[in-house]
Amino acid sequence: MLRVRAQARLGGLGLEAALDVAPGECLALAGPSGAGKTSLLRVTAGLLRPERGLVRCGEEVWLDTETGRDVPPERRRCGYLFQEYALFPHLSAWQNVAYPLRGTPRRQRRRRAHELLGRFGLERLAEARPRTLSGGERQRVALARALARRPDVLLLDEPLSALDARTRVSASRELASVMREASVPTVLVTHDFGEAAQLGTRVGIMDSGRVVQEGTPSELASMPSSAFVADFTGAVVLTGSARAGESGLTLVELDGGGHVASTDAAKGPVGVSVHPWEITIEPEGSGGPQGSAQNHLAAEVVSVTEIGNRVRLGLVACQPLAAEVTLASAKRLGLSEGKRVTATWKAAATRLVAL
Amino acid sequence: MKGRPGFASLLTVALTCAIAFLTLPVLAIFLDAGPGAILSSLGEESAREALWLSLETTSIALAIILLVGTPAAYLLATRSFPGRAVVITLVELPLVLPPAVAGIALLAAVGPSGILGGTLEGLGVRLSLETAGVVVALTFVASPFYLRQAQAAFASVDRTLLDASRTLGASEARSFARVMVPSAMPGLVAGTALALGRSLGEFGATLMFAGSFQGITQTAPLAIYDRFATDFDAALALSAVLVAVSAGILLSVKLVQGSEPLGDAAR
Repeated sequence: MLRVRAQARLGGLGLEAALDVAPGECLALAGPSGAGKTSLLRVTAGLLRPERGLVRCGEEVWLDTETGRDVPPERRRCGYLFQEYALFPHLSAWQNVAYPLRGTPRRQRRRRAHELLGRFGLERLAEARPRTLSGGERQRVALARALARRPDVLLLDEPLSALDARTRVSASRELASVMREASVPTVLVTHDFGEAAQLGTRVGIMDSGRVVQEGTPSELASMPSSAFVADFTGAVVLTGSARAGESGLTLVELDGGGHVASTDAAKGPVGVSVHPWEITIEPEGSGGPQGSAQNHLAAEVVSVTEIGNRVRLGLVACQPLAAEVTLASAKRLGLSEGKRVTATWKAAATRLVAL
Repeated sequence: MKGRPGFASLLTVALTCAIAFLTLPVLAIFLDAGPGAILSSLGEESAREALWLSLETTSIALAIILLVGTPAAYLLATRSFPGRAVVITLVELPLVLPPAVAGIALLAAVGPSGILGGTLEGLGVRLSLETAGVVVALTFVASPFYLRQAQAAFASVDRTLLDASRTLGASEARSFARVMVPSAMPGLVAGTALALGRSLGEFGATLMFAGSFQGITQTAPLAIYDRFATDFDAALALSAVLVAVSAGILLSVKLVQGSEPLGDAAR
């Protein structure tokens, strides 16, 4: 179990956060840049000393500001993957990986480094310098180096953000298997909720130095505790004013016209959140409401973005919103910019958060 | 520069002037002296002695500068502490001191009647008019060149490399030796070259502080000055030798730097 408590003033940021991560678990901290995610990793690794804090890994206390205990970074067994990977430019790939292996004869270090590189399919690049490697190769060398000391904790800072979209898919699969194998507590930091949802067993959303909500990715996406979380998790956020409606539902008059119903209870100014994939699209004038869905907004398609086998549609109704449909549906409906449609979703898929 | 031929030719003219002005006097030394005179000056005992003394004192001074200056520059580059700006200014001060003033300053500090003179004498250390005094003078005038460069070199190394080294189990001392120094190497080499050049050509401070005694404190530049009054040709020949030695050192530094894998690719 990794336990981190930290309280620090860092420039304009007041960091105040608590993390508990079990072995084999990956806590993904997601949030905008400047939210204090990396600072929390640095506190854990001993690279940043908070004013008040506690870091405990299993039975070992790495930091306790109460007792003044502060174990230096080199004696905390953290496998830290830095954002730009921080490979030593003057050393070859295998020498980078062998760097943490001290106190063993050179031949043995060399063999172990090659083994680790082999695990990531990089043996043939053992002699290469970091600057001749591609982004994905660098990431794997850095990962091999971070694992060389058999760390008790894995700290991953934006492990995928320096990679191009194609490499990212294989790299994230690789990362997931590394975390499974190491089965130590992992803290991963990212500014991308999708990445956090994919790699984290739990996700913590950070904003201005605090973890504002923590839960499984689907918990966060379906029950955001604030407009910030809803927005960050990729849900569409509309604003309006709520009042009690018919048959126990809440009716929200949207700013700019139109109204939607929700099964959540609320009153006064609210944010209305709905996930893009909950919204169905029907061509305009297709005959009005027929199904169970209660919410209908007339909208115009303003952008069409392909994401693999699906399409994200930018829509303008009274307020901008986004919908996701399959590529096949988009073709069938002839969705293109300027097309007028009706966006439909269920009151049960509509979350309300007080503003 | 396309479309602005006037400006482009102005740049070319400026560079041509600079090259001509800087190389002509150096070339003139060789043209005037001639190979015969240069070789025969090397046959002269006192000239060889002066050259040897120059190389010896410069090497010792450089060793001191590297040993003390490298960690000092690292500290200046990586730590912030109150009065850091003042410390940096103090360290750079000898750069702007006229060499004669540097010599006077050394006399006032560690000369026989200087503020530390008595203490040193009590310890049996004599600097002025001794070879050790030459080393002190060279170190004093040349070290700021190295410190400045080394500090800039350390400051430009990506700090996450140091962080990475620490999380990989290396203490700060080990990280310094294994990561920071190699990463800063191009800048450290450049600083060494500057300090070396300044030290090999040192004249004023050495003359004022250590004097000009053949075989003891008379380095090559002092020997050249010594001959200048009596035997211009000999001065010229010795100058040519000094230029050749300096150019050789400068060239080898450039080669080392050029072959350094970090070179311009250093992040």
